[in-house]
Amino acid sequence: MSFKDHILSSFIALENEVETNNYVHKLRGEALKDFENLGIPQRKEEAYKYTSLKSLFNKDYSLFPKKETSIDYGDIKKYLIHQIDAYRIIFIDGIYSSHLSQTTHDKFDVCLMSSALNNPKYASVIENYYNKLATKDGLTSLNAAFAKEGAYIHIGKNIAVEKPIEIVYFSTGNEAEMMTQPRNLVVVGENSQVQVIERHQSLSDNAVLTNCVTEIYAAKRALVDWYKIQNDKLSASLIDHTFAEQKDNSEVRIHTFSFGGKITRNNLSFYQRGEHCNSVLNGVTIIEGKQHVDHSTLVHHTAPNCESFQEYKQIFDERAVGVFNGKVLVDKIAQKINAYQQNNNILVSDTSTINAKPQLEIFADDVRCSHGCTIGQLDDEALFYMQARGIPKKEARALLMFAFANSVLETVKIPEIKSRITKLIATKLGVEIGFDL
Amino acid sequence: MLKIKDLKATIEGKEILNGINLEVNPGEVHAIMGPNGAGKSTLANIIAGREEYEVIGGEISLEGEDIADLDPEERAHRGVFLSFQYPVEIPGVSVTNFMKTAINETRKAQGKDDMTAKDMLKMIREKSELLEIDRKFLSRSLNEGFSGGEKKRNEIFQMAMLEPKLAILDETDSGLDIDALRIVANGVNKLKNKDNATIVITHYQRLLDYIVPDFVHVLYNGRIVKSGGKELALELEKRGYDWIKEEVEA
Repeated sequence: MSFKDHILSSFIALENEVETNNYVHKLRGEALKDFENLGIPQRKEEAYKYTSLKSLFNKDYSLFPKKETSIDYGDIKKYLIHQIDAYRIIFIDGIYSSHLSQTTHDKFDVCLMSSALNNPKYASVIENYYNKLATKDGLTSLNAAFAKEGAYIHIGKNIAVEKPIEIVYFSTGNEAEMMTQPRNLVVVGENSQVQVIERHQSLSDNAVLTNCVTEIYAAKRALVDWYKIQNDKLSASLIDHTFAEQKDNSEVRIHTFSFGGKITRNNLSFYQRGEHCNSVLNGVTIIEGKQHVDHSTLVHHTAPNCESFQEYKQIFDERAVGVFNGKVLVDKIAQKINAYQQNNNILVSDTSTINAKPQLEIFADDVRCSHGCTIGQLDDEALFYMQARGIPKKEARALLMFAFANSVLETVKIPEIKSRITKLIATKLGVEIGFDL
Repeated sequence: MLKIKDLKATIEGKEILNGINLEVNPGEVHAIMGPNGAGKSTLANIIAGREEYEVIGGEISLEGEDIADLDPEERAHRGVFLSFQYPVEIPGVSVTNFMKTAINETRKAQGKDDMTAKDMLKMIREKSELLEIDRKFLSRSLNEGFSGGEKKRNEIFQMAMLEPKLAILDETDSGLDIDALRIVANGVNKLKNKDNATIVITHYQRLLDYIVPDFVHVLYNGRIVKSGGKELALELEKRGYDWIKEEVEA
């Protein structure tokens, strides 16, 4: 049975489940039709020219876990930023784990999507925001058709959420081949602030495919600071679609740290719909083996006097492949904007690849748009210099790579995340030096 | 301390060192002079372990140990220090943390624990005063945007921090104005003791007014063609290198 047929027959099972929210119920049916028409993105489409999803969609994924699995906190602690107090929304094979999570409804809502979808209290938020921002392609439609669970974060006006919210999706490998469709909705009110940490983590070597959609709405003067930590097993792949809409004077920062996984595709789209917005898209990629990381970003400036800042630092070793496709779209009305895009790459080996494509479409005439892209190697002179001072080659290489990525790491606002990322990099590079540069 | 016997080396098949013999004992300062392209920097780099050069014959030993096959860092851990003619810029790594890593990696190789933060700070304070280095300078990225003089001063600061047995100063005087030269030379002289040795590589006699050598060697066409006391440097300053070339080719 082809993947498509498999999807269509699985949908019937889902259809029969009762859902309070009629809007979402209707949407599923439409989304399934869209998926039927659009299908899985192919390499002949420009957006997927350098990333083939073929090897991911030739499997017989189970779409719903047969049974609930529970895992001990001790087994997953290392994947959490456990040093800090945080709200936690944790899923195991796509099912919410109440004993690992810490949610709230006190001053704002940090909870699970299924309860928001089934509770009439949230109906108006769902109807105003759910699937209103996500653009339509085969994979976002697939997600919209099947998504049942995810994080629901709704913060009213004038609230600075006092601790970060950690969203983690674990896969246990109880199913030989599992595909999940997480769906996150984040609505942040005027003058409010929130920090979010997101991770998708497989706990076994069974094949896992995650097709995740996140919609983020930042109202006037809202601040959203988001960290994606991608350090998954070689059997796990992630196709992420994150959309952010910004109103006047808001700031949304998304940092993506990609250190592992089979194929990781990050579709990150920003829509500035108000003046004086600031969008920050930062990333560090360090991969090797046959890993593949694709960052496809879009910043759509639809209003004047805004800024966007993109900085991606990437290191590829062995046969790793990277893609950076950074698009900046400036509407005619979006005068006086300042859009910056920087993509620096180091190819450590002769067999690694980076496909870099900056793409600027500017229809306004009084703007500042700059972009830079470099591809280089580790500097042998610098290595010898460091060795001559007693720093062994492996450590010297690690230090150079770390220094290269450091400008992005310095933008991390949560110290525990910064130290976690630093440790992940040290482990990855096989060194024990502290990089307190 | 350092013994070099009949050292021959090539780079990309081209012969650069053609049978070097040199012995340096503790407490001594040796100057190596010679015209451009004579092989002075090559010799310095080979002693430090640069991989681009291929040693095709001869021996290099430090305190009786053959070091010819050791990696650059292993030589550094045994007390070899090279002050670079062109110090490399390393963006993103501060001077302080570079030194911290270098010292602790060296200590690790020697089986010692990391230096405590307190001792490290104390040492940094002392040595930066010796080289008249502003403390703010130490938090800047290594060599990035440094002036020529700052780079060289920073090299000697690193030497002071690492306390090598054998220091090789490759054209440390180039790019220095007279004040910086005085500071650098003063630093080198203060670090000198009866147990360590210094090799000064230079084009000009000027530096040797400040760092007075016990021996002067002239390198030409990959060989040491003449050795003498400090008066040899003065003679070279006065007469240039042509008479040496003539002597060799005669």
